[in-house]
Amino acid sequence: MPLPWIILFTPLVSAALIILFTQRWRNLSAGISIAAVLVSLAASVQVFLAAGSDAATALQLPWLDFRALGFDFQIPIGITIDGLSKAMLIVVTGIGSLIHIYSWGYMADDEGKSRYFAGLSLFMFSMLGIVFANNFLMMFIFWELVGVSSYILIGHWYNKPAPPAAANKAFICNRIGDFGFMLGILLVWTAAKSVDFETLKTAWPALVAHPAFAPFATAAALCIFCGTVGKSAQFPLHVWLPDAMEGPTPVSALIHAATMVAAGVYMLARVYFVIGASAAAMEVIAWIGTITAVLAALMATQQNDIKRVLAYSTLSQLGYMVMAVGVASPNGAMFHLFTHAFFKALLFLGAGAVIYACHHEQDIWRMGGLWKKQPFTVATFACGTLALMGVYGFSGFYSKDSILIAASEHNPAIYYCGLFAAFLTAFYMTRLFVVVFFGKARTEHAAHAHEVPAVMWLPLVLLAIPAVTAGYHEVIQNFLPTPAHHGHSLVPAIASGVGLAGIVLGLLLYVGKEKDLISIPLLANKFYFDEIYALIVWNTQDLLARVSAFVDRWVLDTALVRGLSSGAWVAGFIMRFAQNGNLQSYALLFGAGVVALFYFILFFK
Amino acid sequence: MLNLLIAIPIVAASAILLGACAKKTALLATALNLLLTLSLVFGYNQQSPEKYQFTSSVLLAPEWKLAFSLGVDGLSLLMLLLTGIVGLAAVWVAPHPEKLERYPGLYYACLMFIIAGATGAFASLDLFFFYAFHELALIPTFLMIGIWGSGDRITAAWKITLYLALGSFVLLIGLLALYFSIPNEAARTFSIPALQALALQGGIPQTPWIYLTLLIGFGILISLFPFHTWAPQAYASAPAPAAMLHAGVLKKFGLYGLLRVALPLLPGAAQHWTHLLLFLLAGNILYVGLVTIAQKRLDSMLGYSSVMHMGYIFLGIAAFNPLGLSGAALLMFAHGLSIAALFALAGAVRQRTGGLEFSKLGGLAKPMPFLGFTFGLAAFASIGLPGFGNFAAELPIFFGAFSHAGKSLAFSNFQITTIIALWGVVISAVYMLRGYRAAFLGETDKRWTGLSDLCACARPAILLLLAVLLVAGFRPQLFLNLVTPTIKAVLSVPAQVSAK
Repeated sequence: MPLPWIILFTPLVSAALIILFTQRWRNLSAGISIAAVLVSLAASVQVFLAAGSDAATALQLPWLDFRALGFDFQIPIGITIDGLSKAMLIVVTGIGSLIHIYSWGYMADDEGKSRYFAGLSLFMFSMLGIVFANNFLMMFIFWELVGVSSYILIGHWYNKPAPPAAANKAFICNRIGDFGFMLGILLVWTAAKSVDFETLKTAWPALVAHPAFAPFATAAALCIFCGTVGKSAQFPLHVWLPDAMEGPTPVSALIHAATMVAAGVYMLARVYFVIGASAAAMEVIAWIGTITAVLAALMATQQNDIKRVLAYSTLSQLGYMVMAVGVASPNGAMFHLFTHAFFKALLFLGAGAVIYACHHEQDIWRMGGLWKKQPFTVATFACGTLALMGVYGFSGFYSKDSILIAASEHNPAIYYCGLFAAFLTAFYMTRLFVVVFFGKARTEHAAHAHEVPAVMWLPLVLLAIPAVTAGYHEVIQNFLPTPAHHGHSLVPAIASGVGLAGIVLGLLLYVGKEKDLISIPLLANKFYFDEIYALIVWNTQDLLARVSAFVDRWVLDTALVRGLSSGAWVAGFIMRFAQNGNLQSYALLFGAGVVALFYFILFFK
Repeated sequence: MLNLLIAIPIVAASAILLGACAKKTALLATALNLLLTLSLVFGYNQQSPEKYQFTSSVLLAPEWKLAFSLGVDGLSLLMLLLTGIVGLAAVWVAPHPEKLERYPGLYYACLMFIIAGATGAFASLDLFFFYAFHELALIPTFLMIGIWGSGDRITAAWKITLYLALGSFVLLIGLLALYFSIPNEAARTFSIPALQALALQGGIPQTPWIYLTLLIGFGILISLFPFHTWAPQAYASAPAPAAMLHAGVLKKFGLYGLLRVALPLLPGAAQHWTHLLLFLLAGNILYVGLVTIAQKRLDSMLGYSSVMHMGYIFLGIAAFNPLGLSGAALLMFAHGLSIAALFALAGAVRQRTGGLEFSKLGGLAKPMPFLGFTFGLAAFASIGLPGFGNFAAELPIFFGAFSHAGKSLAFSNFQITTIIALWGVVISAVYMLRGYRAAFLGETDKRWTGLSDLCACARPAILLLLAVLLVAGFRPQLFLNLVTPTIKAVLSVPAQVSAK
């Protein structure tokens, strides 16, 4: 069996086995799932090391095919293997394996362990499908499937009120993005008559060469970008990601930090030939990314839940990646995606270790002094933090600088915003690190914390290695074309200076403090996005829904149907209505008629 | 073979009324029917030039050329397969006769008659019996709602009776008008293959109002907006097996009629009403979708959602190209399975909790993990998650409809309707996930902690429905290959008519 199929389908088989047969035996289920991901990892490494990619691209499973009906339209499940997908393969199966193993410890006593591991396996299948996708619709299929795996895992503790709410929010926000994504696919297909990436790579530029096509190209690119806005939680659909932290922490690390949320960026890099063809769309994408990066970093400075701080930081970093695509550096975006996956997964798993040690305490102000009790955790967390801040020598430094360099060449305003976000990142991570690990233990649980078992700290150590080294040129040169650093000693220097300022400010404000001396309600309440959205939904969709339900019940059903059920009664009704001389009812009827007419004309002309 | 397929449930119904063990007889009959249908599906020769196979014909009234003739093509086989699967599942989850307060024998006999009627309607090659079998299936449906329904069952039964009788009446007028509109009196016939051959030769005048009458008649039966208000109340009141069979199978009769009769015979007339149909189906998707969001009960939410999803099938039919029609045929099948599973599960919940108001439910997945899990699967199937048949059907519908591009860069009406339909996918996620959460997730009310899960004996029925949905999702081509010749034939008519 060809390796890509083994990589893709082993997790699916594992999920099916768990659901169908081994639900009752929780450890067996976990074992199957872990074995499956290790098989995928081994096969991925083999694919990664193999030089050629021709054999794999010929792989194709038919799914839908309308050629028998004389319509040239088919959707296969195919395989793409190139530098992009190789990088993602290593990220997904490598981090995935470590997180499966870590989950063995983290979820040891969970009642729903079988369901949890089935969900993880389903997620691995879906995510690998996105990585391999060789056409838009295959990508969309797996795009939706990662959405549902994420729904299942966010809502893992379904018997509590908050997780199901968060799961719904995540799924619906994603569906809103997918509405645009699908429309974008339809637009691309209408113009180019193909959804296959290889075909489009030549067909799309040929179309764009025609100047009259520009508005269409922009519309298609922006619609496709909607998919990224949903999946990668960009402004204005960013609200679901912080709530998604209701899921178990390993899930937050794998899905909501390292892989799934980065799929939006991967997709942009994969279809860059569509995105990059429209300068206007690129401008929008760059600014959406920038806004997300800055807003999320601002919000992160005032959060007190350890996972939420990291979630906002993920938003902010995803903003960076999207910004990189927008400033014409998809390679920079993929580079940052690659390094970020390792150090952010590390940070989340470290946070999980802290939460586990403190008996499921997540408030950083109820921790403190943990550095003495959790040596492995604090050392590896420090590596992750320094990488996230972009300190020289750590992976984040290289990838972040490649983005800032691209931005500085492209648009100074975006570059300054990027620097500001870098400053904020250094600041809030210093705050987090100092408050959690230094000072005195502020609660009983924190005072009696112990290091986590080896099955949990070993993945931390294994992740700390790439968190430091993943940015080195020697590591990535074989599969990711890294943007050159030469001639740009100024940008890295400025970025380092800005980062240092953030660290110093954080140290000054938070070392030895018992509580947060700064209080900015606007930031702590996330700019009130949730409240505003709730108001909007209530006043548009839900209002319309209530009005429609009212009309359905009282106008269509009662007045018309019951009315029509007796002809004589209807005649009398109309006569009464027509002859009652009541100006208001005439006006009402007339108005209704006009509205109906207008609607019809607008709709159909 | 086809005669046998119709006869088995009727014989079973008679045996049950005469005192045979109701559940066992019914199960045996439906299982036998499903096996027979499967043998037909595998025995159907797709390469054969004969469009209709397994035919049989008995001439009844020579002066009217009225014959009891049966025969199937890929589309009718797909519908028969749906009838077989949903029929078996419905009988399987039906309450044990001893638990029924009233007339247990009649309950099962009604189910058998619905199945016989649906089978007959899908297998008939004669307009008269095509129509009559559907009526045969409706009567037991009314009885089941009126006798064993819940809530305001009498009103619901009367409403669906009157409304569907009106729809059938409009349909009858349309069919008769079609018959008499054929100028060559010698060529007038009720035989569907003969009429189709006549249409190919241009022998049927393309009268717009006759198509409109058929569209409204079939439309009422399919709950086309704004003729849909009978459906939610009827489904909310109906006992679960009746709701499964009606929403899952019988409602597809109207769509089947459009594909089998109205479109192949009047393709030219149909074009006059494409934009009206687009407008109405947008009502199904957008307006009914919004109404669904506002529902406060699980059963009426499911009822409205099934009305809403008809809009997608109509969109495929309106698109009238290979993608749209294939998608429509597959969605008829997939929607039938998913809505049947949902009604079966909702019925099981009602049995345990006594009501389906969202405000009273919550956290039911804790005491009833199997019900919670399978309802989740069926709910995701119905909102078009990849992996299930519904998605594999909706995708070609969107592409088929969207391929009707406008002349310039502006969107055509087809494309605007497709965009509305895409937004409908968001709407359906909103109501389905809200409903699922309200009923099954969150904290469990103290009253419900002791509830028992679906008993092991009823589980295979649900698993059967879900398994077929998954097969249709992973290998949609298995089912599409079956309907490909039919769709080719439907699409070949207009080209030849316009050539004349």
